[in-house]
Amino acid sequence: MAEATSRPLIELHGITKTYGHGSAAFQALKGVSLSIARGDFVAIMGASGSGKSTMMNILGCLDTPTSGTYAFDGFEVQSLSKDQRSLLRRKYLGFVFQGFNLLSRTSALENVELPLLYRGEKKAARREAAMKSLDLVGLGPWASHTPAELSGGQQQRVAIARALVTDPQVLLADEPTGNLDTERSIEIMELLADLNRSGITIILVTHEAEMAAYARTIVRFRDGLVERIDSGQDAGAAAHA
Amino acid sequence: MFGATLLLAMRQIRRHLLRSSLTTIGIIIGVAAVVTMVTLGNGLTASIQKQIASLGSDVLIAFPQQTDNNRQPRPFKQDDVIAVREQLAGVKSVAGEVNKNIHAFHNGQSWNSKVEGVSNAFMDARGIKMDQGRRFTAAEEESGANVCIVGPKVLQEIFVADVSPLGEQVRLDDVSCTVVGVFATRAQGGNNQDDDNSVFIPVKNAQRRFTGTDTIGYMVISYDPAYSGAAIQQSLIDLIRERHRLQPGEPNDFNIIDSAALNETVGSVVARLTVAVAAIAGISLLVGGVGIMNIMLVSVTERTREIGIRLAIGALAREVRMQFLTEAVVLCCFGGLIGLLLAFGLSFALAKVIDVPFVFSLSVNLLSFAFSAMMGIIFGYYPARRASKLDPIEALRHE
Repeated sequence: MAEATSRPLIELHGITKTYGHGSAAFQALKGVSLSIARGDFVAIMGASGSGKSTMMNILGCLDTPTSGTYAFDGFEVQSLSKDQRSLLRRKYLGFVFQGFNLLSRTSALENVELPLLYRGEKKAARREAAMKSLDLVGLGPWASHTPAELSGGQQQRVAIARALVTDPQVLLADEPTGNLDTERSIEIMELLADLNRSGITIILVTHEAEMAAYARTIVRFRDGLVERIDSGQDAGAAAHA
Repeated sequence: MFGATLLLAMRQIRRHLLRSSLTTIGIIIGVAAVVTMVTLGNGLTASIQKQIASLGSDVLIAFPQQTDNNRQPRPFKQDDVIAVREQLAGVKSVAGEVNKNIHAFHNGQSWNSKVEGVSNAFMDARGIKMDQGRRFTAAEEESGANVCIVGPKVLQEIFVADVSPLGEQVRLDDVSCTVVGVFATRAQGGNNQDDDNSVFIPVKNAQRRFTGTDTIGYMVISYDPAYSGAAIQQSLIDLIRERHRLQPGEPNDFNIIDSAALNETVGSVVARLTVAVAAIAGISLLVGGVGIMNIMLVSVTERTREIGIRLAIGALAREVRMQFLTEAVVLCCFGGLIGLLLAFGLSFALAKVIDVPFVFSLSVNLLSFAFSAMMGIIFGYYPARRASKLDPIEALRHE
């Protein structure tokens, strides 16, 4: 896989997604083609109902497109079974959600260990990797606290630590700052930017221009189609456009 | 991975301790009921078989029995005893018994007891051992001497403790005789009489002094185990019919009990009853299983979001299924274990109350435990499958 550096990590062609049948059918994506390079920091923006969440689910291999092709590092994802997509997620993807989605009444450390459990890692190895990951997001001293004992910002850091613990190729963040105040939001975004600089591809879904400004590429969705892509120097300015 | 799944299941059960306990009550009662019933059934079988065994092994017992036509049965005589001994192949010994209820007097005390006219051969056939003293001598048996062997109950009731009864006189109604021995406590015959409350005297003496006839109450035939009990029983029937001059078609005016056959029959009847009762008790186990299924469905609904998280970070359907299945099985195993403990106490106490031996059977306990675990698999499967089929996106959106 690593030898194909010239090939984009993610390639989408003519992706459509339709919910429901017949007259009640709703087409959330109407033919999206997009490629994301390895190491990029992409922000997907758009109003609600623009199709950005559907896009996120498909990119995260949680859902399959109705038509079109999705190649992840050469794998044809659209034809994979539910379990095969699970295997792909546990191996290559990390998720951060708006609602944190940590297991309640379970310590931060155990939350971070969870993906390793499904990878079949031994207990000692799990513990070590989870501690390292928590240290990376600055929550080492909070390892034994449950989510209820942590602030929103801290919970989101635990979620990021959980996403990172498997050394994923891509980190998908769905409105990661949606439930946080500005100060915490900035901390989270800087953490994501740091991670991106260390080589992880980041795909961020947001509707907030300030957050999108951290990205290098901004993809705008409107009515199920890509409206505009800004990259490089333009991106920062474009975020606020 | 499995260890972690098990740990998680335990934690989940502990988290909802009250709910888990209430749910497992069904399984607890089910397992306890089944195991208690089977244990008591086994105790009952053992108790009945022990009573039958008290007849002696490889032994036939023949006694007069009234037929339907209301004619008095012809009693056995000493001649019959001799005829059986001499004419049947395979017979080791034949002994007659005759008995009468009497008052026994000793040391100024009176006691309601029973005199049994027996012989050494009788004691051999019925497996009666001596506790003190000796058996009858050949001369005593021949002459019908006034000697007796008292039963342990009689000894306890009217003899002076710590003084040897041997050589003492005991009066049976108005016959006085010398105690030459005490027989060891014997297995109870199950006829609602205390078989230890008895005084043995030679048959001849009992006939002469107590019954006034030469009839025999019943006879015990012990046979060589190399012979088939059924064959001996048949030739015994033929012989007695001939001696009683019964015409073909006339019913037997006597009955013969084969201890081995009886043992088998009673054993299988009780075993079948036990299975039937245990099956009825098993229904409560089934109801308990439905309870487990119900609570597991509730659990899956409550934890939809958790399932979504697990699926999103890469859990396979079968891993989620395994997690919930493990939880159901652990819950049932806990129930099963508590049920077994309960059954142990319950059957121990009930065995005391209905006076049967407490027969602990490891295989019954293990089987019931395995069955309760199987309940977890059967009734936990549907909820677990439902959890594993959840769509991660839908599950994550669940409030």
